[in-house]
Amino acid sequence: MSHLLDRLNFFQSKELEQFSDGHGQVTRESRAWEDTYRNRWRHDKIVRSTHGVNCTGSCSWKIYVKSGIVTWETQQTDYPRTRPDLPNHEPRGCARGASYSWYLYSANRVKNPLVRGRLMKVWRELRRTKSPIEAWTEIQTDPVLRASYAETRGKGGFVRASWDEAVEIVAAANLYTARKWGPDRVFGFSPIPAMSMVSYAAGTRYLSLLGGTCMSFYDWYCDLPPASPMTWGEQTDVPESADWYNAGYLLLWGSNVPQTRTPDAHFYTEARYKGTKSAVISPDYSEAAKFGDVWLNPKQGTDAALAMAFGHVILREFHLDRQAEYFEDYTRKYSDFPMLVKLEEKDGRFIPGRFLRADDLDGRLGEENNPEWKTVALDEATGKLVAPNGSVGYRWGEGGKWNLEEKAQGDDARLRLSLILDNDHDDVLGVDFPYFGAEATEAFSTGDARPNVLTKQVPVKRIKTADGEVAVATVFDLFCANYGLDRGLGGEWVANDYAEDVPGTPGWAEKITGVPAARITHVAREFALNAEKTRGRSMVILGAGLNHWYHMDMTYRGIINMLVMCGAVGQSGGGWAHYVGQEKLRPQTGWLPLAFALDWGRPPRQMNSTSAWYAHTDQWRYETLTAGEILSPTAPEGDWDASMIDYNIRAERMGWLPSAPQLKQNPLEVAKAAKLAGQDVADYVAEKLKAGELEMACEDPDAPENWPRNLFVWRSNLLGSSGKGHEYFLRHLLGTDNGVMGKDLGEEGGAKPREAKWHDEAPRGKLDLLVTIDFRMSTTAVYSDVVLPTASWYEKNDLNTSDMHPFIHPLQAAVDPAYESKSDWEIFKAIANKVQEIAPEILGRETDVVALPILHDTPAEIAQDQVKDWKKGECDLIPGKTAPNYIAVERDYTAIGDRFMALGPLMEKVGNGGKGISWNTEDEVKNLRDLNGVWEDGAAKGSARIVSDIDATEVVLMLAPETNGEVAVKSWQALSKITGREHAHLAEGAHHTKIRFRDIAAQPRKIISSPTWSGIESEEVSYNAGWTNVHELIPWRTLTGRQQLYQDHLWMRAFGEGFMSYRPPVDLKTITAEINTDARDNAPHVVLNFITPHQKWGIHSTYTDNLLMLTLNRGGPVIWISENDAKTAGIVDNDWVELYNANGALTARAVVSQRMKDGTTFMYHAQEKIVNTPGSEKTGLRGGIHNSVTRTVLKPTHMIGGYAQQSYGFNYYGTVGSNRDEFVVVRKMNKVDWLDREATAKEAAQ
Amino acid sequence: MHNFFFGIFPYIALGVAIMGSIARYERDPFTWKTSSSQLLRRKQLVVGSILFHVGMLVIFLGHVVGLLTPIWVFDAIGISHGAKQILAVVAGGIAGVLALIGGIMLFHRRWTDPRIRRTSSFADIVILGLLLAQLALGLATIYYSLQHLDGYEMVKFMAWAQGIFTFDSAAAAYIEDAALAFKVHLVLGMTIILLTPFTRLVHVISGLFVPLRFLFLRPGYQIVRSRRKEPLPHHDGPVPAARKVAESKASPAE
Repeated sequence: MSHLLDRLNFFQSKELEQFSDGHGQVTRESRAWEDTYRNRWRHDKIVRSTHGVNCTGSCSWKIYVKSGIVTWETQQTDYPRTRPDLPNHEPRGCARGASYSWYLYSANRVKNPLVRGRLMKVWRELRRTKSPIEAWTEIQTDPVLRASYAETRGKGGFVRASWDEAVEIVAAANLYTARKWGPDRVFGFSPIPAMSMVSYAAGTRYLSLLGGTCMSFYDWYCDLPPASPMTWGEQTDVPESADWYNAGYLLLWGSNVPQTRTPDAHFYTEARYKGTKSAVISPDYSEAAKFGDVWLNPKQGTDAALAMAFGHVILREFHLDRQAEYFEDYTRKYSDFPMLVKLEEKDGRFIPGRFLRADDLDGRLGEENNPEWKTVALDEATGKLVAPNGSVGYRWGEGGKWNLEEKAQGDDARLRLSLILDNDHDDVLGVDFPYFGAEATEAFSTGDARPNVLTKQVPVKRIKTADGEVAVATVFDLFCANYGLDRGLGGEWVANDYAEDVPGTPGWAEKITGVPAARITHVAREFALNAEKTRGRSMVILGAGLNHWYHMDMTYRGIINMLVMCGAVGQSGGGWAHYVGQEKLRPQTGWLPLAFALDWGRPPRQMNSTSAWYAHTDQWRYETLTAGEILSPTAPEGDWDASMIDYNIRAERMGWLPSAPQLKQNPLEVAKAAKLAGQDVADYVAEKLKAGELEMACEDPDAPENWPRNLFVWRSNLLGSSGKGHEYFLRHLLGTDNGVMGKDLGEEGGAKPREAKWHDEAPRGKLDLLVTIDFRMSTTAVYSDVVLPTASWYEKNDLNTSDMHPFIHPLQAAVDPAYESKSDWEIFKAIANKVQEIAPEILGRETDVVALPILHDTPAEIAQDQVKDWKKGECDLIPGKTAPNYIAVERDYTAIGDRFMALGPLMEKVGNGGKGISWNTEDEVKNLRDLNGVWEDGAAKGSARIVSDIDATEVVLMLAPETNGEVAVKSWQALSKITGREHAHLAEGAHHTKIRFRDIAAQPRKIISSPTWSGIESEEVSYNAGWTNVHELIPWRTLTGRQQLYQDHLWMRAFGEGFMSYRPPVDLKTITAEINTDARDNAPHVVLNFITPHQKWGIHSTYTDNLLMLTLNRGGPVIWISENDAKTAGIVDNDWVELYNANGALTARAVVSQRMKDGTTFMYHAQEKIVNTPGSEKTGLRGGIHNSVTRTVLKPTHMIGGYAQQSYGFNYYGTVGSNRDEFVVVRKMNKVDWLDREATAKEAAQ
Repeated sequence: MHNFFFGIFPYIALGVAIMGSIARYERDPFTWKTSSSQLLRRKQLVVGSILFHVGMLVIFLGHVVGLLTPIWVFDAIGISHGAKQILAVVAGGIAGVLALIGGIMLFHRRWTDPRIRRTSSFADIVILGLLLAQLALGLATIYYSLQHLDGYEMVKFMAWAQGIFTFDSAAAAYIEDAALAFKVHLVLGMTIILLTPFTRLVHVISGLFVPLRFLFLRPGYQIVRSRRKEPLPHHDGPVPAARKVAESKASPAE
């Protein structure tokens, strides 16, 4: 009743209440105070949601709501159970996720639509008398007005706007841009659909209806390992974390599981309890290192040498000196080892050339369909040449032979792996292999002075081809030579002894990596022995750490080679477990139509971001790496002396890579002209391109016609996180203050690109409008012109999947969006409706011309077996064959809003599909009409409604085979037609399973097996990549149809990457004598390799402004540095330091730690410059983000297209934004300036 | 005016202190705390706090005993007024100096450490300032006390203080001619009492009662709750094992 009176209990009997001789006492005091704590944890409801943050954890959470406020969150524990012999998935979660609710009501929340003050002022002024489009036109055509707001980007000055006002500005800008320059000048960047599929789809659906450009992310993040599409024809497919438990040997390579895969780490622990052995490879003493039985710490950036030495040991002990039966059998069936490679002769020397194809042989082995795409091997029984089933030539234009049965030309065929036996080879030839190990920069040099070409003996067979006699060798024999294995054929550069210093041996690798040879041998031997005994249960868990190096393919292919040699890929508990972001969008094929408005028009405009940002932020103007530096000494003759952007332009021209913008001319005008000329769009464009009357935009990125004009950034922190070359973004794309310290090629007097037009004056401020949609004031938002407040992850309905577990589960609105925020779906709906409202002033029904590159998994992927550039007259321009295809797409700008909210007619007319197969969706569309309702009138009359975000989720769930058993069965049947094998049994049991949004709201649901993925969901095995290839004999989607360890494309050979080898990090030359003023002044400093791993105290890759997390570390940006390096530079722990090079500068505190390897510094990814960041002494501006000292550098081999698995796919193949070869000067800051001054009178007046 | 300050104000101060403390304890029990800043910075706290608290406790108890003990008690046990005065001046002086040094250290710490300054409320700083002022005033009165070593002045204050608690309507009149310094000291002291429920000074009340509670009311080492309605049968000392077994067999119904 009363706290005080209840305490006054002096007269209560004490007699009752004593024990233990009076030392113990029983009390009867009031317990009312306990209610305080009970109420503290009392709540009104719990709602299931998750964190849409590109985190593979994809954990389901309970969100607690009390009095309409989200109070806290705890981990869900109701995942469907695994099998009896496997640990369960829960608990899943981590401290980062548990602190998320802080954001909802934090000071950093964007509460209202915000518009840059100067823009708003002009806009309101003009809008008094003018229409929205007239007003925007006036602002854009007045250079002073335009610059007035552009140059204040990043300097504050936002004012509140109403939703209607903000949306009107955006709609007017988009329409003006479409009319004036072309709709493809409207860009949108949003990553990782799997983290919130509908929110992603909202923006891309709007952009696709408008004709805008959707930017890729996986390649730009450099999470895409190009080695995966090269080897498997698959973007990335990996085992779920539960499969770690099935492994007998776990090799953790550059992946810090406990820190960055926290919710999955328990499977690693449990596997260790079970007895699984583990080796951890990491240059620093990472959190994962202590899990290992052995820790190998190679010098950073030298992992490929380590992988090569591992491979050397495995080949020697399991393939040569003794042939492990399982490995032989596996590689014969599932790798390109038996395939024959033609040896090209030049001046009496031989280099590995193209795969031998049926087309090369007289009679083509009887193959009339695509003989140039059918690779050839020797049949062991008959010794005859055969073109075995499964190569890409069998995939298109015929049916029933695209499988991995041991058959060729209708007969059984067991392929021969090697020609080593005397009877099997006609000759032994010296074959040249490039060697890059001696070309290391000072920081990586071991004093290696070997020549750059190593000639090794290889057994060959001479065969007659249509063009005369050639020598051929099996991939396996070349492969062994490449790994430096002595097979008794004599010659140099091969070894019998691991200790010999011959490229490929453990002894050689020890010199480069610093890892003792004995330990390399030990780990390799155990890894392979386990795989042999368990039939492939050896797994490598690797992270993006390895992938962020310029020559990432070498390390990745080295690792993949090991796995293939050991028969581990596609086996439960084995294989390649590459975990980066949340890239696995499980119901992908159901989501694509919604996301890219494929129900209204096809194809959408998709762009590879790395090439786009490289061009549009003018990073190419500062390029320091030349093709000559990375070209192979064995490169076939050709015009290789070109700059990186030239290579990219060639790739775009030949239809290899996409373009954005596409043509220099407005595509709406091009379509009109074609119509006027009475020509088909493709013919018209081809003719005019050849005549030079139309130009590709890529050839002149700095021309005003070719700038990206509008940019949407949503669900992303482009400028605060992924924007490699951050300062170049600020300088050229945004046109504001920036810290670029280097000079461009014009000022430097360097060799300028030959194909890209050079403007002496680089443009500044290409964007007319930058719109960021976020719930927090991120670094990107700070630089934007319009910031729209979006719903947080506990305020919207959406879908979430991951590669780490097989479940699909929702984000849900536990509360309504706080303040004035709206979900992404509602925001883009509002923009679409506003566009529809004001469009008639300038745009109506239009025809757009969309350029489409040659896409993987389409019949076009076998377009170019030779590299020919039409512009050089090497071939004719045939759209879709030797150049991009040009396709007319109808747009109705006066019905964009109506179309946005309705499922369009193409789903019924054309159907749906993915990865090379297609199926009918009439039933699903009908079901959606019944479920979501039908539009009774308007532009979408008769179509199913997609009004709310839940409606949108139902579209995805209904159309996807992973969530609709009926579709799964249909899709497997569609695949059966091509493979000639029955696959539908994989989904038969789930025929009537249909997962709806309310199902996953009740509990996460396991998805249904589908041909979109190479693993299956079953009661027998955990999800594991490649499982259906091995067990269902479905070919890998490569040239050979097998795991392809040899890459024979001309550019691959030219750049020395036909086979894997060790390539030292490249020299980016960003620390010149001019830049390093500390060296000049003899001031204490140290030059270190700059590495940006994922952190412990930020929410995955994006958020580092969470107070709870900041409190756990140093409360702001930090870099890590070793004790020795710190001493050299006179730095002690917690000092403020500055890091700089030609690209820019950043400021942070130093964490001096024994964990670090000398020579490197870590700066955890995405530490925002909005938190606790002082000014840089070098630039005089606020210290940058981690990407202030980086710059994107392209690699030509990633541009290859039109060549089976090396064909473009959105986020599948293309240039990647590597950044780990970078070096920085690290020095202590003399004066920490927070730049917290009052504005000067002049600044204030503005 | 004099009558208000020394006849009415004491009741206001005591009334507010008592009612305010009860109200705060009832309405906001979780604010009843010392608000220690030790987590933010240990430096200066240990020495400052000990000096301050030891000094303050001595002074506080000295004032309570010295002012409120009826004068006849001293007479009865033969302590002369002069001796009492000297004892008060010496003990109080030493304690006062200790408390003042400690208090200044604490004030300096609170004022200069940015984190403690930020987390301090207005009341935290004001009350510490008032206590320091009161200490200084108290030490200043020693000068006057030394001019009346006979203890006559002191007896007047005892009469006043006891008069307040015995509702003597003439209480104020007893100290009409006291030195101004004494009067200011008294008024400030009553003000501090008045402010107590609104500040962290409430911990003084707990500080006085909690030790008593643990010493006398609930001295056990182990405090438990029980669902039993009836007490356990009382016994002395450890029970021999054999007997325990016999007992349990003997009374199965229990």
